[in-house]
Amino acid sequence: MSGNVGHRGRIWFQAMTGQGDPQAGDPGSVLAAAANVGGQTALFVCVIPNPQSRFPCVRDGQVGLEEAYSLASHIWETVKADWEKPQSQKRPIIAIVDVKSQAYGRREETAGIHFAAAVSSDAYASARMAHHPVIALVVGHAFSGGFLTHGYQANRILAFDDPGVVIHAMHKEAAARITRRSVADLEQLGHEIAPLSYDIHDFAKLGILHELLHVENPLEPTSADVATVSRAVVNAIDDARKGPTDLGVRFLSDAAKKSRKAGIEARALMEKQWSQA
Amino acid sequence: MNKVTGTPAFVTRNSFIELNARARARILFDEESWREMVGPFDRMESPWLPMQDVTPEADDGCIVIKGKIAGKPAVAIALEGAFQGGSLGEVSGAKMMAALDLAAKDSREGSITAAVLLLETGGVRLQEANLGLAAVAEVVSSLLALREYAPVVTVIAGTVGCFGGMSLAAGVSSYVIMTREGRLGLNGPEVIEQESGIEEFDSTDRAMIWSIHGGEQRVGMGLADVLAEDDAENIASAVREFVSAGKPAQYRSRKVALYRERIAALDISHQIDPLALRKEWGKDVSHGEKQ
Repeated sequence: MSGNVGHRGRIWFQAMTGQGDPQAGDPGSVLAAAANVGGQTALFVCVIPNPQSRFPCVRDGQVGLEEAYSLASHIWETVKADWEKPQSQKRPIIAIVDVKSQAYGRREETAGIHFAAAVSSDAYASARMAHHPVIALVVGHAFSGGFLTHGYQANRILAFDDPGVVIHAMHKEAAARITRRSVADLEQLGHEIAPLSYDIHDFAKLGILHELLHVENPLEPTSADVATVSRAVVNAIDDARKGPTDLGVRFLSDAAKKSRKAGIEARALMEKQWSQA
Repeated sequence: MNKVTGTPAFVTRNSFIELNARARARILFDEESWREMVGPFDRMESPWLPMQDVTPEADDGCIVIKGKIAGKPAVAIALEGAFQGGSLGEVSGAKMMAALDLAAKDSREGSITAAVLLLETGGVRLQEANLGLAAVAEVVSSLLALREYAPVVTVIAGTVGCFGGMSLAAGVSSYVIMTREGRLGLNGPEVIEQESGIEEFDSTDRAMIWSIHGGEQRVGMGLADVLAEDDAENIASAVREFVSAGKPAQYRSRKVALYRERIAALDISHQIDPLALRKEWGKDVSHGEKQ
């Protein structure tokens, strides 16, 4: 599946917005466009591979310095333009996600890629806290620092129910190496321990997703596929507008109550002791 | 400092780095004012580690202490670098997020409550992979919500450093204090070498690592605020100053245009010289060195 990482992003950006070229001033790896979804204008953003990037370590669709700052610029532009608008008219921000990882490069570390990722997270989270519905649409890979920079601050996360969709903290080979296991062992463990799994169905068990979407053909979407996804995005926008602007929703589903039981208990105890201190 | 007696400072100094996470957190608080929240006797452990034959810790490597710093309500959240590399798991992440949310709630209700993060961490705990990554996003979100009301001070003293997802928490903090021994970056040296090759990053080249990730460089280039000597009272005093100062006039992580221009202006036809970058970006930095 790794052969098409990043390509799904462009495919779905085009399908949803009718546009596919980077804006002037942006790197070739960032797509941003205002487009209609369900009768309202939304900002769509996406990171795609740019084999010509001047930064060697982002050419396969990793999220690097230029990507993070460009995403932040577009998001802040929307947030500032809508600052005075009533909550119901704040434009949705849709992150189409298909990212291999963050950039693993010396240039990036030297110039502070951690900070670039923080700046982009700040933009996404601030948009959410300013009542913009922020929707992440995971159409392919959503890995590690790449996802933290682009999408994981969303109020609602949608993902395709498709074997090409993977959400994870680290790719299989590296995770196996670092935890001193074989890839086969890691895959086996994933069936027993949901947070380790690379299967999107197991990720759904964590209760973090808003919805898994079935699409017939994620690489060549039919008009019915696009209609299905648009409908789901609109529903997620409506749902986000009705709810609080923090990430508490990720702990509320039955799946979360089961999978994140230990964390939920730790939080409840903290609340109790805090009020007594 | 001790010129009169002739004793060198490093002899009389009370090292902060040599303290464990709990002792580091405690030393920041006004005497008798503090209390640990969800401590080891509450046995909130990782349910995932025993399934993988890893021994859990009764505090999950995250120490939360509430009390007063410089007379003001504050909470310190310290990650213990000696337990699983200070990694963030489900429970440690939940403790961190809850403490930040409660500080924000108190602040909104009028009792401004600062947070101090003592970060010695490699990032996401890979044995809890996806719940660790989710926790990072949630901690960053809660930190940003608190930052609207109260200062959030991150201390990176060493020796683990602050890497992986938690480097984003440092990036959005109101203030960052580092020592020369502290390191801050998204990807640790071993990971970069593994992913991009030894020509890109030689993880055994300590001089290069510190020239890029080290506290002196991060403060010098303006991505951290204060370079502190490794002395407990000295670091506690830097923390007190920021807690007393309240919110900064402007957040570094909001200077999008400035940093976007800086990245655009970089000559990256070769690797970037850290010293040259420090000179260029550090021009307008007004930071203090704490001796």
